[in-house]
Amino acid sequence: METVLKVEKLETQFKLRTGVLKAVDGISFEVEAGRVLCIVGESGSGKSVTAQSIMRLIDPPGRIVAGKIWYRNLDLLALSESAMEKLRGDRIGMIFQDPMTSLNPVFTIGEQIVETIVAHQGVKKKEARARAVELLRLVGIAEPERRLNDYPHQYSGGMRQRVLIAIAIACEPDLLIADEPTTALDVTIQAQILKLLADVQKQLQSAMILITHDLGVVSAMADEVLVMYAGRMVEYGDVATIFRHPRHPYTVGLLDSIIKLSDNRDSELRSISGLPPVPIDPPPGCAFRDRCSRAIAICGEQDPQPYNTKTGSIVLCHVIAQEETDERQVSA
Amino acid sequence: MSTSGSAGPGQDERRRSAAELRRENLHIMMRTLTLAWHAFAKDRAAVGALIFLVVVVLISILAPYISPYDPTDAVAKRGAPPGTEGVILGADLDGRDILSRLLWGGRISILIGFVPTVAATAIAVFLGLVAGYIGGWIDQVIMRVLDIFFAFPLVLMAIVVAGILEPGVATVIIAITIGLVPYITRLVRTTTVSVKQQPYIEAARAGGAGVPTIVTRYVLPNMLAPVIVYATTLIGLMMVVGSGLSFLGLGVQPPDADWGIMVSEGRAVLKKAPHATAFPGLVIVVVSLAFSFVGDGLRDALDPRARVR
Repeated sequence: METVLKVEKLETQFKLRTGVLKAVDGISFEVEAGRVLCIVGESGSGKSVTAQSIMRLIDPPGRIVAGKIWYRNLDLLALSESAMEKLRGDRIGMIFQDPMTSLNPVFTIGEQIVETIVAHQGVKKKEARARAVELLRLVGIAEPERRLNDYPHQYSGGMRQRVLIAIAIACEPDLLIADEPTTALDVTIQAQILKLLADVQKQLQSAMILITHDLGVVSAMADEVLVMYAGRMVEYGDVATIFRHPRHPYTVGLLDSIIKLSDNRDSELRSISGLPPVPIDPPPGCAFRDRCSRAIAICGEQDPQPYNTKTGSIVLCHVIAQEETDERQVSA
Repeated sequence: MSTSGSAGPGQDERRRSAAELRRENLHIMMRTLTLAWHAFAKDRAAVGALIFLVVVVLISILAPYISPYDPTDAVAKRGAPPGTEGVILGADLDGRDILSRLLWGGRISILIGFVPTVAATAIAVFLGLVAGYIGGWIDQVIMRVLDIFFAFPLVLMAIVVAGILEPGVATVIIAITIGLVPYITRLVRTTTVSVKQQPYIEAARAGGAGVPTIVTRYVLPNMLAPVIVYATTLIGLMMVVGSGLSFLGLGVQPPDADWGIMVSEGRAVLKKAPHATAFPGLVIVVVSLAFSFVGDGLRDALDPRARVR
């Protein structure tokens, strides 16, 4: 499969009065056509900033300071703004967290879909309108011809998210970025929207980046998983490996905090104690060390580097890296 | 699924699509206006106020033909009360017919209330959008320059303008326009900044919309409602401010009159001839109120969420 998006050592920083916030600090990953990459992490771990960086929607005081973002053979960070505008919404579609406020309240649903199609494909308005009807039907809006003339406030949250998906896929993008698309929706609607997303992604055979903090969503949707913590990548690998053999202490803790059906009512809810640090002028070393039960001296001295584990994932952890290096030496 | 799309449509196609987009915009605008008119028509207070204003404007225009007397001629006993033979609304302290003066004064008052407000709003929308949307040093420059204008009272501004031009209606209009721009610009800028932070702006950018599209189709229509309401309430206020300037000798020269001057002239004889103040005062209140009602109606009509189907 061809690689649609490749991100190399991306660093996005925000210059604040209190220091430099390293919102994204050395993230690398790639997504192939037809595959789904889930980026998981707590609030503030840099998931959304990663997505905005790919779309080049970072506004000052934020800035992408280092790294490369390749969309096919295009270096996105080297493109002009107008070239980037042509890509956005056409080749790269994005779906947002809050469907209630992501549509322009003063135009009808139809006008907003038509606008995107006309802007990118240069077709006649009539054709665009026909396509809009088709799209609304595809995302499961009943009576699309009539609902096209409604305003956003006449749609429910779930329906608005369907519309936003319709707009995102209007030009059949080969990369879809969904930033917590179900967070603002209630649970029954969440499942429907996820299924819809999975369906359109299959149909278009596009690459998809799905940002979430819900591990249930990850297990249902992902092919690959990238775990983020305080702006850094922690563990990266395919979904089965990460779920069966989590290696990084943070990933282990994250998976352990899922409530299982076998838990009885009296058993305590498991959590990772402490809070993630805010990465403003972070000191050297692993960002997770203060909450890590396995931390050793080196964790506070050097940044961990990506390490290919024997289980097949990439882990950024001194402890794991040392363990495996020792094992290899023993067996050799 | 086409992968060649990344190259974008050909030059010809793109030009066609731009023309298409313009036509589409025009069409949407016409339809929005039609819809807005229907919504406006349902608001009885607004429609009533609009009809009233149209009548007032017509009467003012027709003043030379329908006014019973020359507004500057003394035609009755000084301070004659309302209902006196020949002068229905009475006479002022110089014996001039109040009805005639109201009719003629409307021409000036409406001009002074309406023209500067509309002109200032147009200028302010442009400045405020630029300052609020672009931000940075452009924002700083625009807003700090306007702060300097803020520092001068309207009256001082009018004296400056009157020093350059002749005192008269034009002076008042220009002075008030300049004086209003900073106030409305502040509102426009604040609203623009808050609209700019709405998720639908980011969504629009993610959909590939450029700055012109975002400003005209996303920011402007979502920012306009409070500005329209504010501007329409200013119209009545400016009628009074304008007469204040005239009172100082910077605007309309006696014996011509607008409503505001009539009020201030009548003030001196408030106890003896209250009608000389009451009638022009009442007219100002009612006309200002009518403008506010029209403003509210406009706001609701332009907001799809408030449109009753």
